[in-house]
Amino acid sequence: MSRQTALRILFYFILIVLALGYLLPVYLLLLTSFKPISQVDLKTMWALPIGGLHIDNFIAGYKQLAPNINNSLMMVIPEALLSALLGSFNGYLLSKWKFRGSNMVFTFILFGMFIPYQSILIPLVKFMQYIKLYGDIPGLVLVHIIYGIPITTLIFRNYYAGIGTEILEAGRIDGASLMGLYRFIMFPLSAPSFAVVIIWQFTQAWNEFLFAVILTNQSNWPVTVALNNLAGSQLVQWNVLMAATLLAALPTLLVYIFLGRYFLRGLMAGALKG
Amino acid sequence: MLRRFKLNPSRLILAILLILLGAIAMYFLSRAQLVVAGSNFTSIAILISGLVLYSGMLVIVNMFEDETVLSIAMLLPSIVAVAIFVYGFIAWSVRVSLSQWKGLLPDYTWVGLSQYTYLFHDARFLIDVRNTAIFTVGFIAGCLILGLGLAILLDQRLKGEAIFRGVFLFPMSISFIASGVVWGWLMNPATGDRTTGINLIFKSLHLDFLISQWHASPQPWGMVFTVIPAVWQLSGFTMALYLGGLRSISDDLREAARVDGATEFQIYRYIILPMLQPVTLSAVIILGHMSLKIFDLIVALGHKDLRLDVPGIYMWTTTFDGTNYAQGAAIGILMLVSVAILVVPYLVQNMRTETEL
Repeated sequence: MSRQTALRILFYFILIVLALGYLLPVYLLLLTSFKPISQVDLKTMWALPIGGLHIDNFIAGYKQLAPNINNSLMMVIPEALLSALLGSFNGYLLSKWKFRGSNMVFTFILFGMFIPYQSILIPLVKFMQYIKLYGDIPGLVLVHIIYGIPITTLIFRNYYAGIGTEILEAGRIDGASLMGLYRFIMFPLSAPSFAVVIIWQFTQAWNEFLFAVILTNQSNWPVTVALNNLAGSQLVQWNVLMAATLLAALPTLLVYIFLGRYFLRGLMAGALKG
Repeated sequence: MLRRFKLNPSRLILAILLILLGAIAMYFLSRAQLVVAGSNFTSIAILISGLVLYSGMLVIVNMFEDETVLSIAMLLPSIVAVAIFVYGFIAWSVRVSLSQWKGLLPDYTWVGLSQYTYLFHDARFLIDVRNTAIFTVGFIAGCLILGLGLAILLDQRLKGEAIFRGVFLFPMSISFIASGVVWGWLMNPATGDRTTGINLIFKSLHLDFLISQWHASPQPWGMVFTVIPAVWQLSGFTMALYLGGLRSISDDLREAARVDGATEFQIYRYIILPMLQPVTLSAVIILGHMSLKIFDLIVALGHKDLRLDVPGIYMWTTTFDGTNYAQGAAIGILMLVSVAILVVPYLVQNMRTETEL
């Protein structure tokens, strides 16, 4: 066996061991979720379910989380779509209509992406109470859209910067205006970055916890808050908790599995220089 | 600046209609409540009416045929939103942190920096600072080392690369809360008959010496273990960043080094790693700002256990459980300062290089 082959086998060995380690939490979730109540025992946590798969835990977990999954969907869908539209306008204007100081404006907006939200939380709560959007889903949607402006603007701006100006100049000669150029040239070219931004905002808002726990009442809790509450209560068995966790993680996990390519591009845009 | 004005009657009528529509809607909404399906949409509807009114004004601006002014006018709503919700609220928080507001009713009596001086002598806050420091160092080091290692392994043109990449990256899509819940069970510290989770695996493999108290270990080790779920979630992301960097290095460069007699190790050590430095910088900024404000993962893992306390949790409990708003604001502002020290130089640098282009 050549040194080269031995090295490759070593690489595969390391990768496989690490991959199994990364999959361990998901394995535990699946394993526990599919066991019947009678086989749930801390001592046999890693044993396979005996006598077929059971979905009792899922049903129990779903009963606990169903209203919250619904709340999360009601929040995330309008949020992702509106965020993307707003980000697309901003990105277009900041990349193709540069004025003196437009980079400064962009940096001014971008800083909002990094702030710890604890530093604006008290004014935010007071303001939301004042405009009567505290405690409910529409307020949470508004908050997610506004604090999503930096990242959505960034992703669209980077994407549009990569589109040559020649095509815009051609449109110009044909007499298109600022909005005409967007409507007939840029918007039809934007499908890939709309996918990136919608997926990104969907995942972020679905997984978000701080705004959700501070700004909503118990009946409007999104799924992250409800899951955290479930985990802290002594009344729920851990097998039900595992199934509930799997249900709560499933939407973003599925988005990732089927649309992972776009997800990755969103991540790269978040790294500023990609 | 406004060179020409071209009156377009039909557009003028459109503009007037939009402005009237928006203004009338705002007027009525301000005197009534709009409730749909149990939710109060009044403010949202006022906001939308305001945007309709503003779009009527944009139509008029458009008649001046100065597209720079138009583009700034179109950006204005976003700029105003960020100015209020980010900068305005930060200023408001700073003001709260300089007050003695404690209890549900606002009290803006000026007390100077005394909230901050209190925190610098507060045992809990000092523990939080130490915990954040431990977490940040462990988290960044773990992600960088594992991320770079995985990227180099995956760069060897092995079969099944896409599958491995997917496996290492998927934890990124899961919420910190869900991750904290699962890892809380995996890192269960119970002993004896109740041994479970990863400890149970060690026990059945007769590797008892590896059995650990995990995040329930005496400090500072407990905090070190909270890094494990965080690295699980974000090392794949770091790997993707490095892999992008590796793929952008041309093969010619490696080939040239090989021709000159460099070993593979030397190629990585002297050519590739130095070229990856900008990637490392980006990764440190992104991971660093996440770890300085880490909150939900620790909540789900530690359930507000004081030994695993971080400023984000302290701010939350002090403000909303303890109603000590002034002190909560001070903690929030200190968190902001720590993030700003890391991020602002990077943003300014980024702005300068773009202006040169």
